Amino acid sequence: MILISDNLYTYLILAVFLLIVGIYGLIQHKTFIGMLVSTELILNGAGINFMAFNRFLAPDPAVGQIITLFIMGIAAAEAAIVVSFIIAVFRKYHSIDPDDVIELKG
Amino acid sequence: MTFYQYIAEGLFLVFVLLIIAGSFITIRARILMHTVLGLAVALLGVAGIYFYLGSMFLTLMQILIYVGAVCIVLIFGIMVGSTPTEIAEKTIKDKKNIFLAVSAAAAAFFLLMISILKTEWVPAPDQLRDFSAKHLGESFLYQYCLAFELISVILLIAIVGAIILAREGRENDKNPWATPNHGPPHVKELTSVTENKGDPLA
Repeated sequence: MILISDNLYTYLILAVFLLIVGIYGLIQHKTFIGMLVSTELILNGAGINFMAFNRFLAPDPAVGQIITLFIMGIAAAEAAIVVSFIIAVFRKYHSIDPDDVIELKG
Repeated sequence: MTFYQYIAEGLFLVFVLLIIAGSFITIRARILMHTVLGLAVALLGVAGIYFYLGSMFLTLMQILIYVGAVCIVLIFGIMVGSTPTEIAEKTIKDKKNIFLAVSAAAAAFFLLMISILKTEWVPAPDQLRDFSAKHLGESFLYQYCLAFELISVILLIAIVGAIILAREGRENDKNPWATPNHGPPHVKELTSVTENKGDPLA
């Protein structure tokens, strides 16, 4: 009997689920914070993908863990930058709605 | 299949359920704070998945960095930004993006599922199977030293950039300490009183 937790496809489908939920939320959310949260979901799907290939296919299991840690570091940096950006935008436009920030629309 | 394997499978399904429930809360919540709460639940589930994929270290890092740090930063952004109730009404009122979102998500789903199911995944001939933190740390500091240094530099740049971005425009606020020439407010009050002393109508 094949275990669910010992199968590569389980993890790949889980990663696809996180990716599509992230894409859906990224388009559907009407606030900057909601879009940022959806981006975190997409990045976590990428992390699960790397860890699954690392566990089942890769010769050296350190590589996938290092890449996943790299993704975590980038996600933390991105969250810090975007939150400070949101604060700056809120100070200038008094809104966190992306539709209000249209100065560069032309 | 022994008893302990049943427990392990059940726990795995619990983590999968955490991810699914958290993601649905994240995309369907009406209050912005609930969105971040759903994200925290989903990230806890992902931490459990990392545990099943063999890496105790990444499980702890996921809880520490994502659930601990990133969610707090997001909540901070919500609290500084605006009141969550206004945004909540806006989120449910505007439904024009739903069709675009569903079609984009469905397209991504079908493309990725086709490529996942069509591909024949071949494992490497000899796998090292060493998931210990010792092996991870040694590879991090010898073979993949560049990635380690890049993470540090990126985090440093992000922190400095965040401070600079968030400080922008603070000089325009009504902060009495920002303009040292005029001094604190009570000094200004005293000088304005002495200026108007001779004119009773002023």
